[in-house]
Order: sequence, then structure tokens, then C-alpha cells
Amino acid sequence: MTDLLDRRLLFVTGKGGVGKTTIAAGLALLAAQQGKRTLVAEIDAKGNLADFYETGPTAFRPREVAPNLFAMSMDTEESLKEYLSLQLRLPLVAKIGPLARTFDFVANAAPGVKEILTVGKLCWEVKERAYDLVVVDAVATGHITGQLAAPTAIKELVQVGLVREQTGWMLDILGDPDQTGVVIVAAPEEMPVNETLELVDRLADETVVDLAAVVANRVLPELFGRGEEEVFERLLELPDDVLDEAAGGPARPILEGAQMAVSLRRTRSAHLARLRDELPPGTPILYVPYLFQRSHGARATAQVAAHLGEELGF
Amino acid sequence: MPRRSAPAPVGSLEELLATREIVVSCGSGGVGKTTTAAAAAAMAATHLGGKVLVLTVDPARRLANALGLEAFGNVETQVPARAFTEAGREPRGELWAAMLDTKQSWDDLVRAHAPDEATRDAILSNPLYQNITGRFVQSHDYIAMERLYELHASGRYDLIVVDTPPTRNAIDFLEAPERMAEFFSSRLLRWLTVPARSRVLTMASKPFYTVADRILGSKFLEDIAEFFLLFQTMYDGFVERAKAVTRLLEDSRTTFVVVSTLESAPLAEAEFFIDALKERRLHLGAVVLNKVLPDLFLADGAAAAAQRLTKAPEEVAAALPAELGDPAQVARVLREVGESYLNFQVVATREAATRREIAAAPEVVAAVPYFTGDITDLGGLLELGERIWR
Repeated sequence: MTDLLDRRLLFVTGKGGVGKTTIAAGLALLAAQQGKRTLVAEIDAKGNLADFYETGPTAFRPREVAPNLFAMSMDTEESLKEYLSLQLRLPLVAKIGPLARTFDFVANAAPGVKEILTVGKLCWEVKERAYDLVVVDAVATGHITGQLAAPTAIKELVQVGLVREQTGWMLDILGDPDQTGVVIVAAPEEMPVNETLELVDRLADETVVDLAAVVANRVLPELFGRGEEEVFERLLELPDDVLDEAAGGPARPILEGAQMAVSLRRTRSAHLARLRDELPPGTPILYVPYLFQRSHGARATAQVAAHLGEELGF
Repeated sequence: MPRRSAPAPVGSLEELLATREIVVSCGSGGVGKTTTAAAAAAMAATHLGGKVLVLTVDPARRLANALGLEAFGNVETQVPARAFTEAGREPRGELWAAMLDTKQSWDDLVRAHAPDEATRDAILSNPLYQNITGRFVQSHDYIAMERLYELHASGRYDLIVVDTPPTRNAIDFLEAPERMAEFFSSRLLRWLTVPARSRVLTMASKPFYTVADRILGSKFLEDIAEFFLLFQTMYDGFVERAKAVTRLLEDSRTTFVVVSTLESAPLAEAEFFIDALKERRLHLGAVVLNKVLPDLFLADGAAAAAQRLTKAPEEVAAALPAELGDPAQVARVLREVGESYLNFQVVATREAATRREIAAAPEVVAAVPYFTGDITDLGGLLELGERIWR
């Protein structure tokens, strides 16, 4: 499965709260550790990607945050400025301020313009080959198809003009499964699994982008092997004093805690099983365990990178 | 708890729901916002009586089933009395539920505000209309608040509990009505909708149009302009309505319930939101913390015992009755159980510290323990409701 990182552009998405940014940060770190010059881009303006590398705030201009690893935050206005100066060779860059504000307003109202400035910038980085891999901490499942379908939508809505001309090469990159793919992060719970499965269908129906992999995040460990559950059941029936004396302290909360862990694991396994069964056959699923010690920050990112590396067979 | 002797501040969700007409459930995605809204509404219908409506945005299938909602739509349906009987409750009032259909709501809004049939049809069939209502950043947020306003004004309900749409930023929907009003009264919009010919003559606008034409193509710009021109006919109605929606959110009969888990990202969002409410002088009624680990993980001396289970499982196994089974297997189980406890104990300790910080806020704070299963019926919802009620 190591070929996941051989693609050039990965959009990491997922339902809110499943750990999308953690996985994007970990995946990018892993790629950088594997010697790939990697750009990790955060789309959400209010994002906190920087926290995942314990680095200062990220900006539109990429900054090296770890060896081989560059981080940036998307800014559609900056993207527009760059686009205008690169593509149109417009000598307007200096006095573009008010124009960009006006444009921002139109971009807000006119469908697809903001999206295409975002996707366009990312595709541009792939086209320019300044990086081996671009990992995108993309928008959540509810908004991702709108973003990925923007070039197609623009192509249909805009009959002439430079934007339309730009959509061709973007679609070539987005539609090439060797280059581009979507990674959906799911937690083994009902709604995240539902949204993942719905997104898989919508990606196929509404976009040209390939589904690269699904990450099952925060998977709880299996407590008991064969025959051990029966032993546990018998343990539960022992009187408190017997248990406490053997354990040298209150044992009942420990057993009740294990009961909770077992039933949590059980409901989650059912959701994972549904995910496995209903995903298109052959979709790679990477499992990342629940991190008990640290749930965010550089330590969590490093651990996620290590687990992803194991899953990918590095 | 001598609640009776302390008239203010409100001390429980029960009192909060008894005194308010609108409860807005908010927080970042995946924290159990919808479930909390549904549980609160179910409790209000059961214990306070009256007609209670829960307006949800995108409920989990099971939750929709639990509420007896089968079709997605703007039509409100009553949760059948049978569902309460099955849960062993005798409700004092009625529980109603509805799901928000964004597209339908926008269409209704256009129908209500369009000056004539021709304009109405032109808007509804405009190629940009669907894209804009579907994608315009604030459109979901706005329409949820707009629906809330309409339902409240209908006078059909004693209490409406509304769930907010998943947004990138939890305060988006608070600002949506204001932004919608700003949008329709902005100079740019008026300027954009000036007939194309006279616009070209304005020297000031020329650079914009030169660039915009080259980038977008003039046909697309004309489409946009036409769309806004049509929309502008609804200006007065829209702006007035957006202002009314803002007033309703600020009204003393409205309260906000912030829902979060104790994970860092949702919690940061919740704190940000609490500040935003204060800043806007909106009423923060309660904070509900979901998926909180039970106190058993903080039991005195249990961590030390768990450590003994992981360090010397064989010794502990040897001290237990032989009929448990093969001592080696018993030892393995003990080690697993001990390790699992220590793992969760770390998380629970972290959570306890966070809970103390939040409890410093004077509002109602309710902690809902981890539900190990999924909520599949009204009984499950009410069981959750009991945890946050008093």
C-alpha cells in the first residue's frame, strides 16, 4: 500500500471531530520522513495546522516546519494575486487591494470562484513540480465535493474567459488517479461512517477525483482473545473483598472500566464492519488506534505518522 | 439542592426550558449537538407539557428513526404517542420534529418575497440560483435561522429546540442574518446591478470590469448581474426579515446551549463560541459536555491496583480462586484489564481538569457520560435527557 504516497496530491477530508487535521498532519510528516519533499496545505482559515507541528502560524507562503516538510494556509485573495501576476502578467499587483476586496465579494456570491482559486493553487503546485507530494487538510465531508467539482462547474457556467481556459489542466491533474486522490478519515461511529459512505458515492457522481484510501481513526484496542472473555465474566462474579485483596486495591472500578471498554469496542467494531462491507471492494483502509496519552500536538502527530507508516508497510 | 430558594440564576435545564421559547443547540461537528437537542425536546414534552418542536438539520438515521422521522422535509411531524408508551413514559405534552430542507426553504422564501410571479419564476429558474442557495457560504446558516423565525412566529409551538448546521465556524450562523442584510444593502450589489451600459461608462469601475471580464468572461458576469438584479426586487422583504431574525436571537425568550466533548478542538470551538455569545449579549443557557468518561476511572487507589495488575498479573492470578481458569490465561486477562484502566484513567484525569475549568462559568454545566451503545429509540433519548435535566 506504499503507493498512496506516490501520488502527487492528496485531499484529506472527514466529518467534523474525527481527527481530519491530525491525520493530514501525520500523513504529511510521514511522507517527509520518507524523503519526499512535501507541502501540507490547510484550507480552513480558522484552522490550527500549526499546532500539530508546534510551530508558529502558517501563511500563504510555505514555510519549512520540519526537514522536507513545508506548511501553508490557503488564502484565496493571495491565490488570486498570485494567479493574476503569474497567469495574466497583469502589472496590477501593487494596487490590487480594493480590486481584490471587490473580487472577494463576487467570489463569495458567484459559485465556484473561491473554490477554484483554492483548488487551482494546489494543482498549480503539483504542475510546477516544486514538491513531490501535496497533502491538503481539506474542508469537511459536507463541503469537499463542491470544492473538487469547482473546475467542472466553472467549465459549465463560464462560457469564455481565462478562468475557463484554466480548468482544462486542473481537471487533467484532478482526474488522474496516479496523481490525485481523496483520503477520507472516519471514526468508528455511526455518523462518521454514514458520511464516509455517502461521500464515496458523491465523489464518484460529482467529481473526477479518485478515492485513494479511508483512514479509520481512533480505533479502540481489542481487550480479550479467544476464551478470555469467559474468564473475565467469571472475574466479574467474584466478591469485592476477594478481588480487592488480590489486586491490593479497589478492583471493581477496574473491572467496570474494562466492561465499558469492551462494549465501546463492540459497538465501534460493528460500525467498522459496516464501513468495510460497504466501501468499494479494494479500497485501502488504514487503521490508526485511539491515542490515550496525547490527543493533539506534535507528539500525537508523530505517533499518527508512525502508525500510518506501519499500515502502509514502511 | 435548595433550588427553590435561589430565584436566579437558572439552575437546571428543566428551569431553562420552562422559561424559554427557543433553545439553540450549537457547537462544532460530531459532538452530539443534534442528539442533545432531541433529548432536551423529548424531556420538555414529557415533563413540562405543551407543544415542543425539535428542528434538526441532518440527524443520524437512527435518531431520525427514534423520532419517527422518515422523510426529509420541512413538514413537521408529531412523534407518535406509541413511542412514548414503548419507552414507559406518559408525556404531558406533544413532541414534534422536523428536518431542515435548505433548498425547499430557499424556494419558499423566494415565493414569499418575490414581488410578482414573473420575477419569482425567473429567480427559481436562474442557473445561478441553485448554485448560490446550495453553496453560498452562509446560505445554510441563514435559512436555519429563517425557518426558526417562521416557526416561532406561527404560534404553533410552546418551545422550539433547534439544532444548528455544521459550519466551519460555529458563530457563522449568528452572523448570517446580519450578513444577509448587509449583502442585500451593499453598495457593490447595487453597483453590480446597474444596467451594464451605464456601468461601463463609469470610469471608476473600468479596471474592475476589464480584469473581471478577462478572468470570468463577460457572459458570466452578466448572468451574475441578472441574478442580483432579480434578487434585489426582494430587497425590502429580505432585509426586514433578516433584521427580525436577529432580533429573535437577541430576545430574552431565546437561549443558547453550547454542546461539546472534552477533546481539545471541539472545546476550543465551544470556548470561542461562549465568548462570541457574551460579546453579542446573547443568552448562554447551558453548557452540555458529551462523551465524558465516568468517574470510576478516577476512583481512589484504583490506578495503583491497576498498575499491580499490569506489573504482577501472575501474582494476582495466584491469589484468586482456582476455578477462574488457567492461571496463565487469568493473568493475561488481568493485565489487559489493568492496562485498559490505566489508558482511560489518563484520559479521564485530563478531562477532569478541563471540566473544572469550564465549571468556573456560572451557567448550567451538564456532563453526559459515554454511552457505549447507539441511541435507537425515544427511550434512549429520554435516558440521555435525564442526565442533563436537573
